[in-house]
Amino acid sequence: MFESLSDRLQTIAQRLRGTARITEADLDAALREIRLALLEADVNFRVVKDFVAHVRERAIGSEVLTGVNPGHQIVKIVHDELVEILGGQRHHLGLDARPAVIMMVGLQGSGKTTTTAKLAVRLRREGRRPMLVAADVYRPAAVDQLVQLGDQIGAEVHTRPVGTPALEVARSGLDAARARGHDVMILDTAGRLHVDDAMMDELVRISGSVTPSETLLVVDAMTGQEAVRVAEAFHARLPLTGLVLTKMDGDARGGAALSIRAATGLPVAFLGTSERTDGLEPFHPDRLAQRILGMGDILSLVERVQENVDQEEAEAAAKRMMENRFTLEDFRSQLNQIKKMGPIGQLLQMVPGAGDMAGAAQAAVDSGQMKRIEAIIDSMTPEERRRPDIIKASRRRRIALGSGTSTAEVNRLLKQFVEMQKMMKMFSSGKMPRMGGGLGALLGR
Amino acid sequence: MFWRRREPEPPPPSDEPADTPSDEPVVVPPTTVARPRREAAGMGLRARPSGLGSRLRSILGAGTPATDATWDEVEETLIAGDVGAATTLEVVDAARQRMEREGGRTGEDARRALATELRDRLAASGSGVFELGPAPSVILVVGVNGTGKTTTIAKLAHRLKGQGRSLALAAGDTFRAAAVEQLRIWGEEIGVPVVAQRTGADPGAVAFDAVAAAESRNLDAVLVDTAGRLQNKQQLMDELAKIRRVIERRLPGQPRHVLLVLDATTGQNGLVQAEAFSREVGITGIVLTKLDGTAKGGVALAVADRLGVPILFAGVGEELDALAPFEPEAFVEWLFAE
Repeated sequence: MFESLSDRLQTIAQRLRGTARITEADLDAALREIRLALLEADVNFRVVKDFVAHVRERAIGSEVLTGVNPGHQIVKIVHDELVEILGGQRHHLGLDARPAVIMMVGLQGSGKTTTTAKLAVRLRREGRRPMLVAADVYRPAAVDQLVQLGDQIGAEVHTRPVGTPALEVARSGLDAARARGHDVMILDTAGRLHVDDAMMDELVRISGSVTPSETLLVVDAMTGQEAVRVAEAFHARLPLTGLVLTKMDGDARGGAALSIRAATGLPVAFLGTSERTDGLEPFHPDRLAQRILGMGDILSLVERVQENVDQEEAEAAAKRMMENRFTLEDFRSQLNQIKKMGPIGQLLQMVPGAGDMAGAAQAAVDSGQMKRIEAIIDSMTPEERRRPDIIKASRRRRIALGSGTSTAEVNRLLKQFVEMQKMMKMFSSGKMPRMGGGLGALLGR
Repeated sequence: MFWRRREPEPPPPSDEPADTPSDEPVVVPPTTVARPRREAAGMGLRARPSGLGSRLRSILGAGTPATDATWDEVEETLIAGDVGAATTLEVVDAARQRMEREGGRTGEDARRALATELRDRLAASGSGVFELGPAPSVILVVGVNGTGKTTTIAKLAHRLKGQGRSLALAAGDTFRAAAVEQLRIWGEEIGVPVVAQRTGADPGAVAFDAVAAAESRNLDAVLVDTAGRLQNKQQLMDELAKIRRVIERRLPGQPRHVLLVLDATTGQNGLVQAEAFSREVGITGIVLTKLDGTAKGGVALAVADRLGVPILFAGVGEELDALAPFEPEAFVEWLFAE
């Protein structure tokens, strides 16, 4: 979802570049784009309405600040709003009770049973002893499914004979968990519609009898406009503590998360990210927020690059990179251009995904490591920079002497340059390695 | 509601052989205790008044002129029903133009123009009639995880059996834990044989066995279940295409139907799903499930419109008979129901 939003925002910012003030028509056009991007991502239309209204209000209110770049200003307002909705810290399960009960609820087919098993795998890794309780007594073979998953992951599963009411299964499960010294019990329940009063009553009774520490609503990431109504209805009847967003490995934009968060304030606790039993990841709203913020900053990065980089030279280097003809000479000129743009740490902070590299890169500059790299390259002959493979032992000694470094450092740079070339080969063949890996390696990370 | 109430059906013919030939891997283990039944809330839900477009009437007041604001509200209603922003804008534009072309200006004129526009789009996606071909007809059921493929197969089998058809089910979801058992339990309840292998078996082989069994025993139809798969996992989509090829090779001209099961609570990703499944295995119809909640399933309209694939059935409850033939006219009303 944020990818599509980011694309649109970049378009907006680009269009508004160079204009000193945003006219009302500019703002309307920008907000229309934002509205469409959010709706396409399945964010609830009421949430979108509020969101757009807030952005408009703030954009108009902040008119005094215009002068920097109006496009960026809108982008920044959108980010701030998003961050506000998403909240700050990740949700940590509160499992102090012994045994602590986690109750899984949701619509049919959202992935409760699978998530129950995945959660057990996670908790065991944290040193807990979870017991699974199979209280979906309605769907044929739902109990079998949990038993088989329990076998797979080596977790104990509490079941009762076919025909036992769900409440009884849950109650006896709690007794069994207590008796057998489990510190956590994860209660799987049958999928149900939020408007099915009889079935919702059943959940309320179960919840009242086992008093869960956590009640997690499992929501399919593909859910559309209905997500808010579903979450509100479950929230009205049960003490929900968080969401699990499943099937995040699909290509749905997952606007449901933003909608539910905006409407109920419930945190997203986990994301289901594969069909494997270890495919459950904690959700970090702050990291996501950082990424969204990073997206805004990349716009200013682009601008700074455009101001400082010789366009022709950069294009030529990029072309050589794609053709895998990138040499140390190109690398040296890139280092020069990066230096012109300002402190490298600050620069990398703007690259989405490279934020954690920024500190290391800045440290490399501060400790003079960057200077040493430059010195090593400067001590090479033009021929050596173009064809580093000709640099054998005696040349290495000469370069080390000339640059005031050691042959070990020269060796390391050469080795890492080869790695970097490999990485670029992957880039150009479409296989994206982790961002910034090449430069990170060169900086000795 | 837009589904037809199920007509009382004749009792299943008694000459249907209940036992299964021994040369097939068919197992229907007996259960001693019945599963608990949900209370009949589903039936109550189905009886909920649809409002017959009451919301639309209140937006487009009969005598008052249709203004920009009223059209905005129509737009919002469609978007809230998951029709999607792009399709909604198209539909509303077309309806406005239609109204103006016909010289209308009141809310009633707008309502008529909109209803016609939506109906035409649904009608353009082809006939919504589900028919079996020469025996055996193979029906392949596909979709992403958790949309209700297995339950839909059970309902469809129940329906066909009620019409006196002989059939078999193929437990082609060999991936999800206990999916095979789930289909077996349904098979037993409905009284149709289930062709199954163990979990982890090759789904193509299961489909092959089922088609062979249907042919040798001269069954009317065989319903092939498949594992849920996210459409962006190419490897799993390739597997599905292979299952289709296996069926085609065994029985040219089959599968007669490839049904995409679409969850009514799905948003705009439903369109991406339909496009991908259509590209890989050529879907012939859509089953829109979980329409007994408040979700409108509007993405199905976008799917029918974009891909020209008809919506055939609506899943409207947990019971075996909760599968209704799709009615475009009533669906349009449903979209605008409160």
